[in-house]
Amino acid sequence: MRMGTVRFGGVTRQACLDFVPEAQCGDYVIVHVGFAISRVSPEEAERTYELLRQIQEADESAPEERP
Amino acid sequence: MNAFVCPAPIAVQDTVLLGHGSGGKLSAALLQQIFLPAFHNPLLNRLEDQAVLDVESGRLAFTTDSFVVKPLFFPGGDIGSLAVYGTVNDLAMGGAQPLALSAAFILEEGFSMADLRRVVDSMARAAGNVGVPIVTGDTKVVERGCGDGVFINTTGLGMVAAGVDLSAANARPGDAVILSGSLGDHGITILTQRQGLELEGSVESDSAPLHTLVAVILAAAGDVRVMRDPTRGGLASTLNEIAAQSHAGIAIRETALPIHDGVRGACEVLGLDPLYVANEGKLVAIVPAASAEAVFAAMRRHPLGAEAAIIGEVVARHPGLVTMHTPFGTTRIVDMLPGDQLPRIC
Amino acid sequence: MKYLDEYRDADITHALAARIRARVTRPCVLMEICGGQTHTLMRYGLPDLLPPEIELVHGPGCPVCVAPLEFVDRAIEIASRPGVIFVSYGDMLRVPGSRQDLFRVRAAGGDVRIAYSPLEAVKLAQEYPTRQVVFFGIGFETTAPANAMAVWHAKRLGLTNFSMLVSHVLVPPAVRLILGSPTNRVQGFIAPGHVCTIMGHREYEALSAEFHVPIVIGGFEPVDLLEAIAMLVDQLEDGRAQLENQYSRSVTREGNVPAQKLMEEVFEITDRKWRGIGMIPASGHRFREEYAAYDAERLFGAQEIHVEEPAECISALVLQGLKKPVDCTAFGTRCTPEQPLGAPMVSSEGACAAYYAYRRHTGPEASA
Repeated sequence: MRMGTVRFGGVTRQACLDFVPEAQCGDYVIVHVGFAISRVSPEEAERTYELLRQIQEADESAPEERP
Repeated sequence: MNAFVCPAPIAVQDTVLLGHGSGGKLSAALLQQIFLPAFHNPLLNRLEDQAVLDVESGRLAFTTDSFVVKPLFFPGGDIGSLAVYGTVNDLAMGGAQPLALSAAFILEEGFSMADLRRVVDSMARAAGNVGVPIVTGDTKVVERGCGDGVFINTTGLGMVAAGVDLSAANARPGDAVILSGSLGDHGITILTQRQGLELEGSVESDSAPLHTLVAVILAAAGDVRVMRDPTRGGLASTLNEIAAQSHAGIAIRETALPIHDGVRGACEVLGLDPLYVANEGKLVAIVPAASAEAVFAAMRRHPLGAEAAIIGEVVARHPGLVTMHTPFGTTRIVDMLPGDQLPRIC
Repeated sequence: MKYLDEYRDADITHALAARIRARVTRPCVLMEICGGQTHTLMRYGLPDLLPPEIELVHGPGCPVCVAPLEFVDRAIEIASRPGVIFVSYGDMLRVPGSRQDLFRVRAAGGDVRIAYSPLEAVKLAQEYPTRQVVFFGIGFETTAPANAMAVWHAKRLGLTNFSMLVSHVLVPPAVRLILGSPTNRVQGFIAPGHVCTIMGHREYEALSAEFHVPIVIGGFEPVDLLEAIAMLVDQLEDGRAQLENQYSRSVTREGNVPAQKLMEEVFEITDRKWRGIGMIPASGHRFREEYAAYDAERLFGAQEIHVEEPAECISALVLQGLKKPVDCTAFGTRCTPEQPLGAPMVSSEGACAAYYAYRRHTGPEASA
């Protein structure tokens, strides 16, 4: 089994990387019960986040009551 | 002619034997070679069955605690220092300066003598840091398999100064809730040692004696209502106890809670909520609103209060319940733990 | 922490809530299925940010909650046997069986241990060759590949003292059941992000098309859930019914192919009973013949156990989103995390536990 060291904030732990053969050092992965189940796509994350930033900017220019 | 007497002294063994708890020569050797050199003080050195203390009249605070932590040694402390500071802190939360401690050991047959020496020396250093003598004690040994290395009980006596009246039942609506520093360091340190997590950076147990911090708090304000140290069950349990005993509500703000990154990361991985993780060198002080700034400033000036934060207030609504204002502007309950905190599986 | 903190951003969350408020014109009922998503919603009070037109109901997304009572009893029976080391995720220890739970088995002398990964159980089997190590494998498609890998690994190591008591349930059949029910009120689904990380989109595209209902695959953080809800509201207001993927940073159309392959290698699909719901066809896993030696159900003798559920427990209705935990007559009084009547009150993924822990002040009982 291909194991890797995964860092979560200030702690590290071993996780099995067999389900993410494309993952390399420096990549971000989603880990579940000791197994990496996906490699986070920086491109997809950036694309989604860009959309979210636009939504936030639109909201800021028309401020509303907050709870 | 003189009877033959074996001239060789009884050497300290490598491991603890049943005989070390039986009150005979092995027990005496343990006392002379491990406990007395470490804890030495005039009262203990008398080796009576009891220590007699001359105390001024007043209110005597009296507390006991047993320590069964596993692993025995961890970043930031060990079972020995924990046993001293834990009991000193229980006294301090009542406003009592520590007078004297007792230390009772239950050792498992086969326990490493080197480890015992390490624990005892750590206790001696801790007691020295506090300036409190360990004046009496006891040692028992149980068969292999009937203990877990070492269990320690410490009992403490302290004097409460006149006019100091701290109680979990004292909190009143309008009071400020002040936390002395970061949450979860001790519990996460222990858990990560057991769960095969490696700690990077500076996460370590916050085990420390709080009596001098308590002293500056009491000097800063004469009307402190409550002080508690959030140990087992974490801040959430402590605040719930206070809310219940005071018949008041407590409202805190999530963004005000100091939590170190390493603790955050470990909590994410283990599925834990830092509010429920044990602390061993932190306290919660509840003070009338008018005294909050003075107490807060005094805490911040003290090394153990450098990260102190005003985290919320006591409220009249929802008596007995603790609520938390989330970063999203919503409110949720901070409940009591039903039992052990169990991690999520999905 | 990167890819986590950004999705907890309060400003973005509020902006999404504002967008939802601006868009919605009529009442709608949305369901999220994954217990982890329920937990996030409750913990941060996110329903309070939504306009009153939106009703959020919680689906059967808690594999602990839907494990049949007989199954829990069987686990307790196996764990009580001498020589067995029973390994489980922490969540399962407090789930009540007919008479007791795994915590009490441990207190009575059973060797019950908590693990965070099935690989820890395999390691225990290597460490204790004379003991029977049994792992309690509960979960959805997210956890099934990990369990498959543990068994596959045990087989490669030639272990003869390792087995698994498996209760895997599959999400799409449950969604089909809910959508196909005559009493269904759900108009849009948030699909579970980690299940879909493994399985991909395809099953949910088919469901969306078959029942003409919007489905959005969502992540687990507040921003993820609000964005998924915003996407569902957009679809409903536009009159669309499609599969969309909010959690694209982790979910692809094909899903995780190595994980799927391993699951298919070790397990085959079978009918499964869901606690509180009943039998759902082709909704679970059992071991393939080649791996029968690792099937604890076979190894330890599957005798028939007939059990009665506590009459007052309405977990069946809660799990299908037909009732809320606060609607239950026993909620917070006769049924609490300390004395649970049903599994949804015990598991941290369970709707009842989440409501009790975070939100009971909003229900009919306003004090503790």
